[in-house]
Amino acid sequence: MRWETWSEFWFMGGYAWYVWGSMGMTAVLLIFEMVQARQSHRRVLALASAQHSLESP
Amino acid sequence: MTMRWFYYAAPQTFYGLAGRLWPWLAAVALALTVAGLWVGFAMAPTDAQQGEGYRIIFVHVPASWMSMVIYLAMAFWSVLGLTFNTRLSGMMTRALAPTGALFAFLSLWTGALWGKPMWGAWWVWDARLTSELILFFLYLGYMALTSAIDDVRRADRAGALIAIVGAINVPIIYFSVKWWNTLHQGASVSLTRSPSMAQLMLWGMLLMALAMWAYTLAIVCYRVRTLIIERECHTDWVQALPEVAGAKA
Repeated sequence: MRWETWSEFWFMGGYAWYVWGSMGMTAVLLIFEMVQARQSHRRVLALASAQHSLESP
Repeated sequence: MTMRWFYYAAPQTFYGLAGRLWPWLAAVALALTVAGLWVGFAMAPTDAQQGEGYRIIFVHVPASWMSMVIYLAMAFWSVLGLTFNTRLSGMMTRALAPTGALFAFLSLWTGALWGKPMWGAWWVWDARLTSELILFFLYLGYMALTSAIDDVRRADRAGALIAIVGAINVPIIYFSVKWWNTLHQGASVSLTRSPSMAQLMLWGMLLMALAMWAYTLAIVCYRVRTLIIERECHTDWVQALPEVAGAKA
């Protein structure tokens, strides 16, 4: 481990805003993309199921 | 062999294949991310010139690589689509675009956050930054165009043209630091000479790059299945899928 304490780790040698701003935006966007992909998959499956129930009573 | 490729290029078979692949790819992506962040943040040494600020490299370089690779993959599928007229090609191209746009944006965002402390500027109009910005706009243009045309086949063909013509921009981004005097530094990793980085920094970066590869493959496998169901929902095979036939609407 390179860090003595957690606060030293979060401080990032004074570059905290830049380093965590980069990591944070990456995490937020990737999570957003995964959630969004899951939601649209569910929506499309629901539409296909609705069509199925219409066609086979 | 050729027969085999076309077999998997059928949406029906690819749907099953992608469905089996994506959970594994996602697991690999997660494992590589944990390993890459550990090497990058717990093991890699402080940089002699940039202090801890250089650690932005662990997302900046992999995201930038992916933004270029994904665009080339879109161009590849577009060439296949225009030549063989396979249904899957357009869906693959569309499944790739949002992730490519996301990585192009992250490349610009993390670049700005790196440029400010090191260069004193969030943004400069140098060749590397400008060509990456154009790449981001090409992704947005592709998505806007394909979603604006209602006829799916025509939308795919129009999108394929943007993907193929825009691919010229990718080598321009890559070689921009050689061709022009840029504020952006040259390549940290090249095939022809040993890398200009400490071993552990390099390993952290490569692990993160592999993680983003695995993530991209996973999310594209996932998203292409949504597109396949959307486009083929009238077909018998989709209607017979357990996740469609089994669910109560």
